Amino acid sequence: MKFAVLVFPGSNCDLDMYHAIKDELGEEAEYVWHDETDLSAYDGILVPGGFSYGDYLRCGAMANQSNVMKEVKKAAEAGKPVLGVCNGFQILTEAGLLPGALLRNRDLKFICKTVELKVENNHTLFTNGYNSDEVISIPIAHGEGNYYCDDATLKQLQDNNQIVFTYNGENPNGSLENIAGIVNERGNVLGMMPHPERAVDELIGGADGLNLFKSIVKQWRESNVN
Amino acid sequence: MKKVKVYVTLRESVLDPQGSAVMGSLHNMGYDEVQDVRIGKFLELQLADVERDVDTAVKEMCEKLLTNTVIEDYRYEVEEAN
Repeated sequence: MKFAVLVFPGSNCDLDMYHAIKDELGEEAEYVWHDETDLSAYDGILVPGGFSYGDYLRCGAMANQSNVMKEVKKAAEAGKPVLGVCNGFQILTEAGLLPGALLRNRDLKFICKTVELKVENNHTLFTNGYNSDEVISIPIAHGEGNYYCDDATLKQLQDNNQIVFTYNGENPNGSLENIAGIVNERGNVLGMMPHPERAVDELIGGADGLNLFKSIVKQWRESNVN
Repeated sequence: MKKVKVYVTLRESVLDPQGSAVMGSLHNMGYDEVQDVRIGKFLELQLADVERDVDTAVKEMCEKLLTNTVIEDYRYEVEEAN
């Protein structure tokens, strides 16, 4: 399976994404610069964390206007898996590929620590390798991770099982309903604030994020066998 | 030339913890009359005179890039400039 790892000016988790795919899973990955106008060669799109365009104006706002995002929208429409982590999640909400928005953390501080997440929905192409209600440890590192949406949108998220990960126990950033990650209605676009790509090796503190990437590949293999 | 002043604030339904913190400080300073503080952004654009309608263009700019209407409200003023 061949992944595109998008690179915007200011991305800084692109290397970790690449490492997770290439070194831990042994799948193909390529860095794709933000002005690229064709993503048709890739089976999955990874939108990494960081501070695209210095977080100027609003996190993810300007990245959403870059050429490559038009292609990401096409890929999402075609049903390809699209994963946005941290700033990647912010970009996907700005792009309208996921509902809601990410606000400043409730306590106005940048938080960098490992937190517990609960897998609320393991019937997605991103989470089929986890057990239902499994609790996993994944690092967070963000200043604007406070998920917000209006009541109607929240109801929709709940009714369609689009809430995939919630913070287990303490809510670090004030997110509505402890939301840490959501998918779109179709289930092929996942945005999450925690960093699974930073938890792919026991040697550096944990490998609970690896199953997420394995899930994507497994699902892709199953649907592309024949 | 036109000068456009765009004011962006968080929507009323969205909590503004920065604004609340500033209000706390103002209360500590003795300004008890302060009932609410909302922190926002101020953008100033210089526009050349073109055929395109100013209001239509500014609204598009606001809704496509300058604000996120999920969480923010905006208003703007257009002034003649030299």
